Amino acid sequence: MTVILNQSFTGISIGAVLLLIALGLTLTFGQMGVINMAHGEFIMAGAYTTYVLQKSISSAGVSLLVALPLAFLVAGAMGVLLEWLLIRRLYTRPLDTLLVTWGVSLMLQQLARDIFGAPNVQTSAPDLLTGNISLGGGITFANSRLFILGLALLCVLALTLILKLTPLGRRIRAVVQNRDLAEVSGIATGQVDRMTFFIGSGLAGVAGVALTLVGPIGPTMGTNYIVDAFLVVVVGGIGQLKGSVITAFALGVLQSVLEYSTTVSVAKVMVLVAIVAFLQWRPQGLYTLRTRSLA
Amino acid sequence: MSGEGLTVRDLRVTFDGFKAVDGVDLDIRPGDLRFLIGPNGAGKTTLVDAVTGLVKATGSVTFGGEELLGKPVHKIARLGIGRTFQTATVFEELTVLQNLDIAAGSGRGPLTLLRRRKGVPESVTKALETTGLTDLRDRPAGVLAHGQKQWLEIGMLLVQDVKLLLLDEPVAGMSHDEREATGALLQRVSEDHTVVVIEHDMDFMRSFARSVSVLHAGKMLSEGTVAEVQADAKVQEVYLGRASEPEPAAVPVPEEA
Amino acid sequence: MTTTTPSVTSVPLLERFRVPGGFVLGAVLLLGVAPLALSDFRLSLLAKYLCYAIVAVGVSLAWGRGGLMVLGQGVFFGLGGYAMAMHLKLADAAATGETLPDFMQLYGTGDALPWWWKPFANPAFALAMTVLLPMAVAAVLGFFVFQRRVKGAYFAILSQALAAALSIWLIGQQATTGGTNGLTDIQGFFGYDLNDPVNQRMVYFIIAAVLLVLMAIARQLFVSRYGELLIAVRDSEERVRFLGYNPANVKLVAYVVAAGMAGLAGALFVPAVGIISPALIGIVPSIGFVIGAAVGGRASLVGAVLGAIAVAWAQSTLSDAFPAAWTYLQGLLFVVAVGFLPGGLASLGVVLRKRRTRTTPIPTGETA
Repeated sequence: MTVILNQSFTGISIGAVLLLIALGLTLTFGQMGVINMAHGEFIMAGAYTTYVLQKSISSAGVSLLVALPLAFLVAGAMGVLLEWLLIRRLYTRPLDTLLVTWGVSLMLQQLARDIFGAPNVQTSAPDLLTGNISLGGGITFANSRLFILGLALLCVLALTLILKLTPLGRRIRAVVQNRDLAEVSGIATGQVDRMTFFIGSGLAGVAGVALTLVGPIGPTMGTNYIVDAFLVVVVGGIGQLKGSVITAFALGVLQSVLEYSTTVSVAKVMVLVAIVAFLQWRPQGLYTLRTRSLA
Repeated sequence: MSGEGLTVRDLRVTFDGFKAVDGVDLDIRPGDLRFLIGPNGAGKTTLVDAVTGLVKATGSVTFGGEELLGKPVHKIARLGIGRTFQTATVFEELTVLQNLDIAAGSGRGPLTLLRRRKGVPESVTKALETTGLTDLRDRPAGVLAHGQKQWLEIGMLLVQDVKLLLLDEPVAGMSHDEREATGALLQRVSEDHTVVVIEHDMDFMRSFARSVSVLHAGKMLSEGTVAEVQADAKVQEVYLGRASEPEPAAVPVPEEA
Repeated sequence: MTTTTPSVTSVPLLERFRVPGGFVLGAVLLLGVAPLALSDFRLSLLAKYLCYAIVAVGVSLAWGRGGLMVLGQGVFFGLGGYAMAMHLKLADAAATGETLPDFMQLYGTGDALPWWWKPFANPAFALAMTVLLPMAVAAVLGFFVFQRRVKGAYFAILSQALAAALSIWLIGQQATTGGTNGLTDIQGFFGYDLNDPVNQRMVYFIIAAVLLVLMAIARQLFVSRYGELLIAVRDSEERVRFLGYNPANVKLVAYVVAAGMAGLAGALFVPAVGIISPALIGIVPSIGFVIGAAVGGRASLVGAVLGAIAVAWAQSTLSDAFPAAWTYLQGLLFVVAVGFLPGGLASLGVVLRKRRTRTTPIPTGETA
């Protein structure tokens, strides 16, 4: 029983990482139908931002706190640049966007290799986040994982508030639901797209900061997470925040419980089979925007 | 042959609690040219969607003795029910001929499919003539004028060998001449098919309808001949006395190229 | 069809001989000129590129014609490759009087061959599996996915996830699959010693002939009624359904055929290069299989094949000498070829010649 609970907690922390990464994707994929493969490299940019900061600010705690907003800005700016340079020209061809942004992702990885070198680098976590917290009954939870969970939930909350309460959020939701109508209603959809991309990519940067706490920083770190994060969005329902939250944790727990009963690799395959089976039941994902449009 | 009849009983379609079609009964005799009219949101298109399997519905729809509800779209199509959409959907990158050939071939076996098309099936030649598209047969469908696309769609239904045609606003956006030509085409088609037309254009309806059903707010309001329906007080009320006025869509638009 | 009127628009004379003429030219180049002009080393490199070209033939069918974003071809390439390599490893072991392939003795799980290895000792079974296994996997996955109308981006992501899952699974099964190393150091090919340059040349001829045959098959599919139907499904799946077809089946055929071709390519890759490993079939190589077709022209069979050969050549020529520059170039290729020339190099002439934009939009392979 303890083992299962422990695995579940591990799963929740895997889910939290997935959620942080998928949040930005839900926005960009959901709003624009754009599959941005370079999203993984925005994560990498966030992680390297943390690394660079830690070199100039000696205190790990301070540098982490500064890194969070800074990584958001760095990754967000990269996202806006990408949207402006390439993606806005490809809105009618979402699948081609996948390949184009994959090309961008290759170049960004090489750029990272040229700047920081091919080997992985490490940052040191602040002392506060290095220990474990005991939840009693032999169940422990790493502080860093707890921090990531908190950060993910905070981001969900902030994003929800932005979408529900601000004029920008209203515009974003309007564009998600009916782009043409939003446009003729006087919403500058181009600007809204760019803002969405800024927020979505910025969240990838924040995810990158979080990942420095649990693993090394390297040029290909983004690739390892990107497909899983896309699966979260697909299963959750495109553009559905609620769906992504539930799915991220569900997949995280499923993965780690299966890992315990089998092996890491078999668990991966089983999770994928589960996803295909799930899509049989709900081809559009957990939550969908229902419309009457056809053909 | 003169087509098959369609029987609809207590048809209901609900979208998230909104009753788009709310208990409709409808009988269409074989060989009829029925017009289905009603204000926007009356449930006309949804009714056709339900019959063709695009949306889920409760009640009963039978055609030639077979229950349609619950069957997938392509199975319903194979029973001999064809439809068009408000916006003409043809395969833009294929030629007129290829469009018609595909429509003619849902019953083809794998071996026929894997071979190159040699010559033109007779039904396709006939449909080209009926729709007046013979000269355009090797043009990509994407370059056709709006009216020609609608005719191509009707032609595709003809070669598909359907018994019942469900046409969703076939003359919307057409010029006066195109509309007349379409009306004449429909009369020709209805000689050996059953045809149901959704239309807003009252002039067009008066000229070509054999019978009329009026839908309002998901319910059947009135049925009968053109004259009977026009005399119906309920219908006049729904149309706010505009029953004799053409709707905006009916204002003749300048001739297209 | 009962009666057909004779075709009025018979193909113009030049057009009629263009395709068979091109085919003969390709055959002469591949089977005649190349083996004469190229050294043993270069010919074996070309053999490797041709394997990628075989994958591209299937990609052109499924993606270019059918609009199916097949981002998981590495899975089928890998299944074909492993099926072949398993047989060759067993044959190598048998030739030296061993019962277990070398890596199994090394990682030692015991002295028994795993049950699922055993049938691969039979050459006919192994050969059949190189094609049937990928096709069966594609058929099962495709059936479930297409039936429920999972398409577009969803399909692309699922294909990628499948590629990731297979390579992770292979890495995890070190004792029975060779793990990260894969199946390496293959010596013989159905009794022929692969270290002998003459036999390497024979492998090249087999690969070139298979490529030509598959191109002929794909060409027939392109011009057949099925090919027209596939375009119709790509452009408007819903409309096809109302004509009485089940689009899921139409797509399934293209997907399964493409998978079979990728499997065959993987099987031929093994004697040509001497290795199959997870690194050759994961997410990155799976996308790599598509890029050649995209650069050359996904909707054009010849374009896709030439594109795949050119990209593979550029990769092995440049990636050793200028690894960094090659990665930038590769990224740029994706951006330029896919983003700004969706018809690939094959469409360059058309784009330059006629600037009339609207009449024939270049197929982008998008599904709604």
